[in-house]
This record gives sequence, structure tokens and C-alpha cells, in this order.
Amino acid sequence: MTAAALPHDSAPAHEEHHSSLPVNNRKLAIWTFIGSECMFFASLITTFVIYRDSHATGPGPKDVLGVPLVTSGTAVLLFSSFFVVMALNGAQQGNRKKLLTWLSLTVLCGIFFAGMQVYEFTHFVRDGMGYTTNLFASSFFTLTGFHGTHVAIGTLWLGTLLKDAYKGKIPPEKALNLEIAALYWHFVDVVWIIIFPVVYLMSLGHA
Amino acid sequence: MRQLRVPRRWFQPFGLLCVLAVVLIVGCGGPYPQSTLDPRGDFAQMVDAVFTKTVYLATIVFILVEGALLWAVFKFRGKPDDAEPHQIHGSTVVEIVWTIIPAVVLAIVAVPTVQTIFSTARVPTTSPDGQPPLKVEVVGHQWFWEFRYPELGITTANELHVPINRTVDLRMKSNDVIHSFWVPQFAGKRDVFPNRETRLWFTAKVTGAFPGACAEFCGTEHGRMDFYLMVDSPDSFKAFVARRLDDSTMNWNGMPMGATPATAATMLAASTTAQDSLVARGRSLFTARACTSCHSISSMHVLSAIGPNLSGIGTRKMIGAGWLPNTDENLRNWIEHTQQVKPDVLMKLPIPVSDDDVTALIAYLRTMR
Amino acid sequence: MATTVLEPAHATTARRSVLVEWLTTVDHKRVGILYGASAFLFFLMGGLEAEIIRLQLMKPDNHLVTPEFYNQLFTMHGTTMIFLAVMPISAMFFNFFVPLLIGARDVAFPRLNAMSLWVFILGGLFINFSFLLNAAPNGGWFGYAPLSSRQYSPGINMDFWMLGLQILGIASLAAGVNFFTTILNMRAKGMTLMRMPMFVWSVLVTQVLVLLAFPVITVALILLMADRIFGTSFFQLKAAGDPMLWQHLFWVFGHPEVYILILPAFGIVSEILPVFSRKPLFGYSAMVFSMAFIAFLGFGVWSHHMFATGMGPLADSFFSLATMLIAIPTGVKIFNWIGTIWGGSLQFKTPLYFALGFIAMFIMGGLSGVMHAVAPADLQQTDSYFVVAHFHYVLFGGSIFALTAGAYYWWPKMFGRMLDEGLGKLHFWLMLIGFNVTFFPMHFSGLLGMPRRIYTYPAGLGLGGLNLLSTIGALILAAGFLVFIYNIIRTWRSEEQAPADPWGGATLEWSIPSPPQEWNFAVEPEVHEKDALWAMKRAAGVRTLPEPPRVSGQGIHLPSPSWWPLSTAIGLLVFMIGILVRGPVSHAFPFGLISAAGFAIAAFSIFKWSYEPPDHHTSHIAH
Repeated sequence: MTAAALPHDSAPAHEEHHSSLPVNNRKLAIWTFIGSECMFFASLITTFVIYRDSHATGPGPKDVLGVPLVTSGTAVLLFSSFFVVMALNGAQQGNRKKLLTWLSLTVLCGIFFAGMQVYEFTHFVRDGMGYTTNLFASSFFTLTGFHGTHVAIGTLWLGTLLKDAYKGKIPPEKALNLEIAALYWHFVDVVWIIIFPVVYLMSLGHA
Repeated sequence: MRQLRVPRRWFQPFGLLCVLAVVLIVGCGGPYPQSTLDPRGDFAQMVDAVFTKTVYLATIVFILVEGALLWAVFKFRGKPDDAEPHQIHGSTVVEIVWTIIPAVVLAIVAVPTVQTIFSTARVPTTSPDGQPPLKVEVVGHQWFWEFRYPELGITTANELHVPINRTVDLRMKSNDVIHSFWVPQFAGKRDVFPNRETRLWFTAKVTGAFPGACAEFCGTEHGRMDFYLMVDSPDSFKAFVARRLDDSTMNWNGMPMGATPATAATMLAASTTAQDSLVARGRSLFTARACTSCHSISSMHVLSAIGPNLSGIGTRKMIGAGWLPNTDENLRNWIEHTQQVKPDVLMKLPIPVSDDDVTALIAYLRTMR
Repeated sequence: MATTVLEPAHATTARRSVLVEWLTTVDHKRVGILYGASAFLFFLMGGLEAEIIRLQLMKPDNHLVTPEFYNQLFTMHGTTMIFLAVMPISAMFFNFFVPLLIGARDVAFPRLNAMSLWVFILGGLFINFSFLLNAAPNGGWFGYAPLSSRQYSPGINMDFWMLGLQILGIASLAAGVNFFTTILNMRAKGMTLMRMPMFVWSVLVTQVLVLLAFPVITVALILLMADRIFGTSFFQLKAAGDPMLWQHLFWVFGHPEVYILILPAFGIVSEILPVFSRKPLFGYSAMVFSMAFIAFLGFGVWSHHMFATGMGPLADSFFSLATMLIAIPTGVKIFNWIGTIWGGSLQFKTPLYFALGFIAMFIMGGLSGVMHAVAPADLQQTDSYFVVAHFHYVLFGGSIFALTAGAYYWWPKMFGRMLDEGLGKLHFWLMLIGFNVTFFPMHFSGLLGMPRRIYTYPAGLGLGGLNLLSTIGALILAAGFLVFIYNIIRTWRSEEQAPADPWGGATLEWSIPSPPQEWNFAVEPEVHEKDALWAMKRAAGVRTLPEPPRVSGQGIHLPSPSWWPLSTAIGLLVFMIGILVRGPVSHAFPFGLISAAGFAIAAFSIFKWSYEPPDHHTSHIAH
């Protein structure tokens, strides 16, 4: 048999194989993963809601949670979702400057948010709320800690892409690399939009 | 040819199997004192009624469906060179029919199910004998059961005495991990939690001694966390309560109320017969050998009970949480080699006791009626 | 010409040792075989544990094993059979056959697939390693709090369990993403969703369950880990932690898990019955919708595992009725299977025997399932041997029978050899008889008052005869599997090549040589209706297509072998070992460093992996 006899075989087996659905494999996979992650955060949020009021020893939500700082973090995270869209737009247009500018801003937002959380956590520990102080503390740290880990991973991922973009390795035909990271980043953002009111606003309004 | 052998093969082993099963079960089995199929209390009878209905329906469904399957297997056996069978892809009418039929069958099961869920969930306010239900607090421990009668002020362990025809209102809690209280002839299981009270109730319809068990895995000795339910006639229940109230006038180490440590020596000196002195020696050993740091010999409620309450231990049916007959030999073995008899129980202090000491302890324990 | 150019290049790769080839493989077929081989070994391990359990229970007041070891045995038996046997044996079929059934050359993410495999194997070895330390998990496969807490389980036993399950969960989730994407996106031209083979449907639905259920157990295990390792109190009483939270999280995962175990079995049987009845699956769309409905309901019935906790009559009624509802789509499936053989021309080959055995046994498991759905009756049956009988009828009589059917059915395609029919039928009869002798009496030992998970029982309960019967059955079952192993060895040694299409198959995998070449399809197939191969045969007017030639496959792009999946898995394992040793000896040594090293290995591997080019051209030489 010769190559000529195999007309379909010029494409790699897995990457650019024709898609049965009008969506790339990797994009479908990240959506699938995000669906799965929803259950992960749903379970963590449920646990937090159950244990929100379990703080017989040590501080409770009202004693430690401060809204202003976290609101600024929330705003930054929200903006970063917009920034990454602009960066993606730049990548798709082949506009290197636009890509680099907005992607840098996104990464900075990620770093700011993660930094804010580190600051908040150390502050809490100094105020006498450690991981094991009470169930409110444990479930708070577990929930926001796992979200923070997601932010950190996302920032790292976007940072790697920023390096690639700087080296000119994200031409328009590879904008998908950024799009997938952006989808994940949006998800991390959306989860925070649920966590923020549940943890910070409702806990404070709550007895 | 091979296909023709199939029908015989389907039945031969099963026939053999049935014969074997009957022989074994008749030979080695029964009677079944822990059976769920022989309910002796109202709760268990209600459960049994709905279960029996389900089993009848299930048997009919089983015969019809397995029958259809077997019939199809025999009827449609083919040969390799047969013509291609008619290619049917399905039928909407048939699909609808066999969706509706199981739905109807399940509705027939669902109605008594929900009825029984509600009728078993509610603790009756009066017993069949006209009295209010008897409250009993059940406490699960790794690995024994403690029973308290708050209205009577008495406590016992591993033997739950209840009067016939009086509803028992069980309020259950665990001292450590999750257990499950199960006395099959009288009621279904109810889990016993360390952080919340669960409820169960039943009314016993016959007198006698019936085994029960822990039914939630609770650690090493889960397999030996049994107990006995003693259903008494009204009179013998009164006598039981009287005996317990009587020994609740003892201190929890078996001394009379207000006794000082010197009392034991006095009692030992005052004993006249050999048996009396043996008992008196046992009584002082019971305190001296630190038995009292875990066990209470009185039925007076002791908050810090670590080991089972030993009130009336002398006449209990079983020891070691409902599974060793209460003979002197078993009792001796238990005291001398606890960790071999029931590994991992908390009674694992190296207690240096001589055979004579144990004899005295047994003699003393036997006086606890 | 091109041939000669490519030859030297290939010669160098051919010199790589066989071991390296298998360790770095990303070929879905090899990954599948590795899944199957390792899972079968774990299955034998779980079977051995079961045999010891049966010998211990053979007679009342027996002292063959200590209570502590008994608890380890049944915990590991359950954990092994669920996570290390039935799931990965199913995964073997997913891996080997999903791409073949949908006409693809590989899965969507071959290296991710290899990572799932290695994570699974290392996770399985990790849990079983505990036996060597005499510290196998001993708190039940369900790990109920607070028994699983450090206070009541101070040893390292439950650390092995919780970390091992965490590792296995990662393998399952990665495979879930992979197969969900593969099935939705890699189908051959013309294979619409409603033309997919039923097995592929079952895998798709199973992966949805995995993706939605496993994150929940992941969270539960994280909370347990925080309790055991870092001293929080999520399930501890001292700070008002609630053991019920564990039960809810566990069963929100645990019940869908039951369908994760059984749906692939449904799929396999739905492939086998039409082929050996020579008649298409009856009610294809009803089968698809009933499966989807079962999966959907599977998320709304978890509390039927908790009737005895006293949830109150309203909750009991809800979960009781929801559970009964599942019997309807399940019944529809059984009727459709019978409808499939009805009017067919049954070819009595071993796969059909096992598939029919599956239906017969699954009916019984389904009926005892309805008895459990009756909440008041369940108060008597739960945690007794009745429920042991029930779930073995669905997991052994169901899953294992169907997986065995699948093994006999697909063996020729996987290995190019036919398993012996005579031995296969002997295996079937031993398994059917052994299974029923073991588990049917358990319905009665349960109803007659035998609780689960007890290491012995007093003679006075009258249960000796039934238990002896069960033990005899277990030995017959073991004999059945010995016959199977003998069959495999015999087949291995035989030289006889299996044809491409030994059974008159309906689906695409039978259109290519046995075993398939590395690229599966020399020409990517096009599909125009269900049962694609039958359609091709009908179009050609023949009963069997001519034997397909083995071709050179020159110019076909294939994914390159890679070390990174394996090293990622090793990193993950090292990370978990770090946590494991931190538990009992905290602060004695900076064990966090081990975890940090594991994390670094995994992170580095993933980084290298993402910059590694994914594919290469094959040479002309057929493997």
C-alpha cells in the first residue's frame, strides 16, 4: 500500500481529526472538566454552608471576615475575565501588542488576587483563626483555599502562555491554546462570584 | 447437538443444588432465634406484612420474566447455517406496554410502603396494655450495649428487659462511633449516633429471650456486639425492676451506701461460712483489683461507665456482650484471658489475678441477682 | 522509495526494549490491555480475600483469622472489587473498543489516557502495599465517620484507603474527560449519536456519571484527609462535626458509582445479544433513553442507603419512591434484551451463555433491589446478608458476568486468538452454579438475622448450614476462574489465528484484522446506519466480508510514545506517600518534603508534556 491509497491519512490521528461536533477536542474537554469541577465546588460550598455557624470556640464570620479588601479582589478577578477576552481577541487578530498587554494585565490580576488571599489568610491566623480553630474556619479555609489554588494554577498557566506569546509562539492559528486557558479562567471567576456572596455577604447577614 | 443439551444442563445442576441445599439447611440449620421472618412484635409484624406483599409480587414477576427468558432461549435456538431471522428493530406499542406494566406493579408496592413508613415512624402514645410507653435509653459502646430506664432510675447492660404488651420507646445514642440497634423479631434496625438521638419503638407480643445485634460496622469487635431482649410477663418484669432498685441501694462498687473502705474488711471478718468468706473476699477484690474503675455493680446510673454495668451479672444469660453463655468457666476465662477471648476490648489492663482470686470474684459476682 | 528512507528510522525505534515500549505507550489498545491485565490481577487478589472471608464464615465461632484481619479483608475486598477490578476491567473495554466501535484511530487524548492507566496501576499497588505492612484498610469500603477518624482508627490503615481512593479518583476523572470527548467528537463520518453502538452509549453515560459523582467523593476524602492529617473536625464530634455529612457526600457519589459499575455491563450485553441472535437490538432508542433516565435518577436516590439512620417519614418516602422509579427503565432494558433474542436464531457460543446468565442473574438482583426500596422492609434487610446477596447479584451476576461475556466476545479481536469454547462453557457453568450456591443462600442468612461485616457468628443462630453452603459455592466459583485462567494460558500457547470477524459481528471493530494494527483503520470508515458492519455486509450481499489485509499504514500520523504520563503518575504517587507518612509521625521529620518532591515531579512532567510534540508518522512496517 502506498500513501496515495490512503487519502484520509494526511491528518494526525487525534488532533485535527474531523470533529463530530463543531467544537475542537481540547475545548470540549475543558468544558467537560469545568462541568466536573462544578460538582467539586458545589460539595465544598455545601460543606461551608453546613458549618458556617459552627464556631463555638474561636472567631466566627463576623469576627474576622472583612468585606472591603475582598470586594476589591473580587472586582479585580472580574476585570481579569474581561482582560483575558481582550487578550484572546488580540491573539486571534494576530495583534501581538494587544495580546501581550491584556494578557499581562490578566496575569497581574491573578497575582493580585492570590496575594490578597495570602494576606487575608495570614491576617486571620494572626487574629487567632487557624485551620483547625473551629469548623467555620476549617470549611472556610478549605473552600477558599481550593479556589485560591485554582487561581494560582490559572495564573501559572496564563503566565506560561504569556511567555509563549512574548516569544511569538501564539500566532492566530494557535489562539486556541489561550482560549482554553481563558475558559478555565472564566470558570474560576464564576465560582468566585458564587463563593463571595455565600461566604462573605450571607455569612455576615446571617445570625 | 450442543444446543439440544442446553435444556438439560440448565436444570440438572439446579436440581442437584436444591437437594444439596435442603440437606444442608435441614441438617445444620435452625431454629433461627434472630429471624426477621418470625416477627414477635408489632413493628416487625408491620414490616413483615409489607415485605411479604413485595415478595409475592416479586415472585410472580420473577417467574414471568425468567420464564420468558428461558422460553425464548429454548424456542429460538438456531444453527449456524439457518437463514437470517426476521430483522425487527422494535415496536413503540410494545415499549409503552412494558413501561406501564412495571409502573403499575411498582404502584402496588408503593402504596403499602408509604403507609408502613408513616405507621412505623410514629411512636404510639399508649401501649396495648393501656399504660404509656416505657422509655428506655439505649447507649451504644464499642462493643456493648447499655440500657437505662430513666423513669425507673435503673441501668443495666447487654440484657434489655421489657414487659410484654407494653410499648417500648427507645431513645438511642452512641458513646463513640455509629452503631445500629437490631432485634429482628421485634423491629427493624435503627442507627445509633454519637451526636444525635434516634428513636425506635416496638411492643413485644410474646415472652422469652431473643437475641439482637449491632448492625452497623463499628470496629474490631463489631461481630460480637450482641445483646438479649428479655420479654417478661408483667409480674416478672416487676420483680426484675425490684431487684434492680434493690441493688441500686448499693454503692456502685457493691458496698452498702455510706460504706467506708474499712467496711469491706469488717464484712470479710464477720463472714461465718466458707462461701460467705469467699464472697466477701471477692467483694473486696472487686474494688482492690480496680474493677470498679470501669464497671458499676449497682444499677444506679453511673455517668462515667467505661465498661458494661454489671448489675444482676450473676443471673444474666450471657457475658461478653451477648455471645458467651454465662457459665463459671466462661466467666473465669473472660477475666483471665480477656484479650484472647475478645481481642481489642478496653478490658486490657494486665490484671494479675490468681486462680483463687478469680474463684472469689466469680463467687461474688454470682451473688448479683 | 519512501520505504527505504523510512526503514532505518524505524529500525532504531524497534530496538527500544519491549518494556520501554509498553511503559511509554499511548496506543489505546495497549493501554486497554494493561488496564485489563492489572485489573485482572487485582480481581484475583479481591477474589482471594473473598475466599478467606468465606472460609472464616464456613462454620460458627470459627477462628481462622483474627477479627482485625477479617475487617481488613472485607474492607479490601469491597474496595478492590469496585475500584480495582470492575471499574478498570470496564476501562479495558472502553480503551480498546470505544475507538474501534466509533471508527477512530485513537482516543482524543492518548497521553492523558496513558496517565489514567499509570495513576490507576500505581494507586492500586499503593492500597495493596498496605498488606505488607500489616496495615490494610479496616474501616469498611464506605469509611463511615467517626470510625474512620484518627481517634477510632489510629493506625495508618485508613490513610492508605483515603489516599488510595483519591489517587484512583484522579485516574477515573481524567479518563472521564477523555472518553466523553472521544465519543462526542471522534466518531466516524456518518455515525450520528443515534447510530452509535449501545456499548458506546453506555460508556458515554457512564463517563457523565464519573464526571459528576467523583468530585463529590474527592471532596469527602479531602475533608477526611484534613481531619486525619491536619487535625480539623469535619466529621469529629468534639467540634460539632457531623458524621451524617460524610454519609451524604459518600452516597451522593456511592449510588451513581453503582451505575458506573453496571452501565458498561448493560452496554456489553447489548452488543453481544444481537450478534448471537443475528437480529438487531430491540428498541434501540428505548435502550438509550432508559439508560439516560437510570443515570439521571441515580443522582436522586442516594439516601436509600441511609434508611436506618432515621431520616423521618417524608425523606424515607421520597427516596423509597424515587428508588422504585429506577426499576421502570431497568425493567424496560431487560424486556428489550428478551425482545432482542425473541425471534432470533441463537448461536450458542460462550459469550451468549454469559450474556444470558447476566440477564437471568440481574433480574434477581433487580427484584431484591425493589425489596430494598421498600423502606420499612429495608430496615430489616440493610446491613444484613440480604443486602450482600442483593449487590452481589447485580455486581457479580450483573457486572462480572457481562464483563466475562465481553472478554470471551472480544478476546479474538484483542489478541488474535480464540478462547476455547468447551472450556468457556465449563467456566460458565461453574460460575453460574458457584455464584448461585454462594449468594442465593445469603438472602436467607440475611433474613434469618445475620448482620454484615461480622467476623463470626454464634452457633445458636442456626446459620451454620447456609454459611457452609455459601462457602462451598465460593470454592466452585474459584474453580470456574481457574478454568478461565487455564483457558487463557492454553489460548496463549496456541498458534491458531482468529479471523477478523469470527462471530458475524455487527460493528466496525470486526471489519479490521485481529488483532488490529496500530492505526486501527487503514481507511477511516464511513457509516450510514446502525450496525454499520451488518449494513456493509448486506450491501455486499455476503454473510462474511473477505478477510481484511494487514497493510503498511505508511503515512498515518500516530501519537508518539511518551514518558511524561508515567512520570506524572509517579509524581502523584510520591505526593500521596508524603501525606501518608506525615499522618502517624508528624513533625518527626519534614515529610512535607516528600510531598513537595512529588508535586515537583508531577508539575515538571506536565510542563514537559505540554511542550512535547504529540505525533509521528508510522513507517511502512506493520507491527
